[in-house]
Amino acid sequence: MNEWTLTELDLEYISLGAAILGTGGGGDVYSGKLRAWQQMRAGRRIRIISPDALQDDDLVISVGGIGAPTVGFEKFERGDECYRAMRAIEKAVGKNAVALMTDEIGGGNAIEPMIAAALADLPVVDVDGMGRAFPELQMNTFFIYGMLPSPCALCDEKGNTIVYTEAVSPLWMERLARASTIAMGCTAGMALPPITGKQIKAWGVKYTISQSWRLGEAVIRARAEKRDSVAAILKHEHGKLLFRGKVVDVKRWTTGGFARGKLEIDGFSDFQRRSLQIEFQNENLIASVDGIVVATAPDLICIVDSETGRPISTEETRYGLRIAVLGLPATPLFRTTEALAVVGPRAFGYDLDYQPLGDYVMPEPKVKP
Amino acid sequence: MYQIGIDVGGTNTDAAILTGHEIIGWHKHVTTPDVTSGIVGALSGALLSTNIDRVSIDAVMIGTTHFTNAIVQRRDLSRVAVLRLCGPATHSLTPMVDWPPDLREIVDGYTVLLDGGSEFDGRPITPFNKSSVREACRRARDLGLVSVAVSSVFSPVNAEHELLAAEIIRSEIPGAAVSLSHEIGRLGMLQRENAAIMNACLHDIGKKTIAAFRQSMVDLGLQCPLYLAQNDGTLMSAHFAEKFPVFTFASGPTNSMRGAAFLSGLRDAIVVDIGGTTTDVGALTNGFPREASVEVQVGGVRTNFRMPDIFSFGLGGGSLVTGVGTTLQIGPISVGYDLATRGRVFGGDVLTTTDIVVASGRAELGEKSLVADLSQAFIDDTLAFMQKRVEDAIDQMKLSRDPAPVILVGGGSILINEQLAGTSHVERPLHYHVANAVGAAIAQISGEVDRVVSLSEISRDEALSVAKQEAWDKAIAAGADASTIKIVDVEDIPLAYLPSAATRIRVKVAGDLKL
Repeated sequence: MNEWTLTELDLEYISLGAAILGTGGGGDVYSGKLRAWQQMRAGRRIRIISPDALQDDDLVISVGGIGAPTVGFEKFERGDECYRAMRAIEKAVGKNAVALMTDEIGGGNAIEPMIAAALADLPVVDVDGMGRAFPELQMNTFFIYGMLPSPCALCDEKGNTIVYTEAVSPLWMERLARASTIAMGCTAGMALPPITGKQIKAWGVKYTISQSWRLGEAVIRARAEKRDSVAAILKHEHGKLLFRGKVVDVKRWTTGGFARGKLEIDGFSDFQRRSLQIEFQNENLIASVDGIVVATAPDLICIVDSETGRPISTEETRYGLRIAVLGLPATPLFRTTEALAVVGPRAFGYDLDYQPLGDYVMPEPKVKP
Repeated sequence: MYQIGIDVGGTNTDAAILTGHEIIGWHKHVTTPDVTSGIVGALSGALLSTNIDRVSIDAVMIGTTHFTNAIVQRRDLSRVAVLRLCGPATHSLTPMVDWPPDLREIVDGYTVLLDGGSEFDGRPITPFNKSSVREACRRARDLGLVSVAVSSVFSPVNAEHELLAAEIIRSEIPGAAVSLSHEIGRLGMLQRENAAIMNACLHDIGKKTIAAFRQSMVDLGLQCPLYLAQNDGTLMSAHFAEKFPVFTFASGPTNSMRGAAFLSGLRDAIVVDIGGTTTDVGALTNGFPREASVEVQVGGVRTNFRMPDIFSFGLGGGSLVTGVGTTLQIGPISVGYDLATRGRVFGGDVLTTTDIVVASGRAELGEKSLVADLSQAFIDDTLAFMQKRVEDAIDQMKLSRDPAPVILVGGGSILINEQLAGTSHVERPLHYHVANAVGAAIAQISGEVDRVVSLSEISRDEALSVAKQEAWDKAIAAGADASTIKIVDVEDIPLAYLPSAATRIRVKVAGDLKL
């Protein structure tokens, strides 16, 4: 089986690309990158394999951090939370995992499985369940298409492990995990129910680690060569430049634990005298130009610095920032009726139909089977 | 009642003498490598410009880049022992993990992770363990370390473990200098710990420098108290500054913005400070600089200090002008304090922005006939270019799309005129060229609280009023006049993904120095 062993520079690219795919949310990638570097410096390896190399009955476990990002900045990981959660699932199902994966490539959780995998000396699969970031567990392709919601495992830094043997729905799993996370001090590592090689091949959003790498590499190279980094992103992503302009207004409010808000952007260069509005709930969800909707979730609405291509989170947007807004088509797996019921505009409370942004082009894999 | 403000900048050290709201004397002196002789030069020059009795000076306030430079240049730093109280949490990233290796090499004396630390709601992660702290102290003492930094998880919420550790350190290590993270930084463990370690490594140079400042005052016959300007535009006593040298970082831009507010009487405005090499643009809200939301690096180390949000670019009175038409370029290279010898109007051979302004007739400096060869079209193009760059920077710093008032300060502000797009009105107040020293002289005393509160046990209003009272008490303890204390900033941010209704509360108050 071919493997792609990551270097520190690869991680730099992947974390930048993952932050762009975070579409304004997804959490910080800096601490994850540092922790992954620590693993490499301790002599451990982070290896990536192709989803196409998996056998149908192979066991793969998806792990990631859960909790409040603000708390994570203060009380960050002991380091083996996700690793222990993975082991707990193996024990619960009586089978060893052949690899790990992330269910959310956008933001910090792109890196968490790599750290657990380095500790377990297992590879990470070049795949995820979103191709972006979303705020809740049930919003990934695996749950949408019928992966059972249990068993799941939750581990804190103190050594506590909870295994949820039965949950009646992904939504219940999400609810139970949140409640336990708070008791654990608002940060924990979580392992999702076992996923088979067959499920990954059918339901996985493929080659998204490769995609992050290419995105990050393109931006960093464009910067070094003093070229337009936004154009460099678009060249790789088959996406659309929705807008370039200056943020002129930001409104925020918090409901149900989510940071919601609205951005208004006045256009410049090709977009002069036009105005773009973006609605966000942790992630950017709806974009409209002069009142006409131009992109909605689950398509990706990514905001980057107009000059440097640096991804800009919904938390840091403020008046005066010069930004480019990119629309990237979502995976076809998110464009079906059953998926749109979970991740479409109506699932987030907007009375809108989803209008696909264009054709999805599968990313080029960096590692073949 | 007289006070003297001093600002040590990259090019000049400025001093201004104030009585009440009046500036009665000032002096600019070239900044010297040792900092102190520049200060002495500026101080004595300012004193000479007036005829007041030195005995009647009530306070001297210094804003200095000395400690920032020590970190940046890796000079005279102490080795530090770092005790992190965290229980099993945070082991994945050990202290100084993200420091530049050369700096870490110099500073890292001994690091250890111990029991203790808090959860977001103040519960201990694991109980504090006296004997393990004592053992760590003995180890540090055997290594000859006296400067100790202590960081405890969520210490801004519950500082108990840091305080307990400090007691043990002082009893185990004679003459120990202890930097506690909760006294230095805000939420964000690694960055707060970084700040505490930087503070600890400045211990020796802090003591020496403050002693040298005191000595220069004695030499000049000044017997008044000495204060140092902090990065948030407020003051600390020299005694406090010896313990917290790290708080002087970035006080320069803050001083010029506060000085601009004072000189113009405006409390909400954009401040454009044009010096010899760079232009700093910042936003004043309620008389204080708006704080940066992103992390600030000092000498390659990520910190989360209260830093002013400044947009800086290479335009100043000494900036080089090259090319013409589409190749026209201004800065970022500058002749700096060599302007007076190298600029064309001063008989030199380098074309600078100052030469252009003199050629245009907008300023009278040096010898105008030396730039008579410049065409009117070239002069106009260059002036328009500078004007446009400043306008763009103002627009980036504005708080809304409405036209904002602008205050122009700094010696280089003669480069642009008052007709700036996107502004409601533009003011260049009297004494604009020493706004930074004025800012140091009028700096206030503050108190701040920043913590996460769980609203299951206390209401939001109660939590806010407790925080306000604590900030108030801190300001008075630091020397503020109670009758002048005002709330500068209140922030209450509900935390995402925390259904138990936790909120982060930040309160800052400030008042005049009690003289």
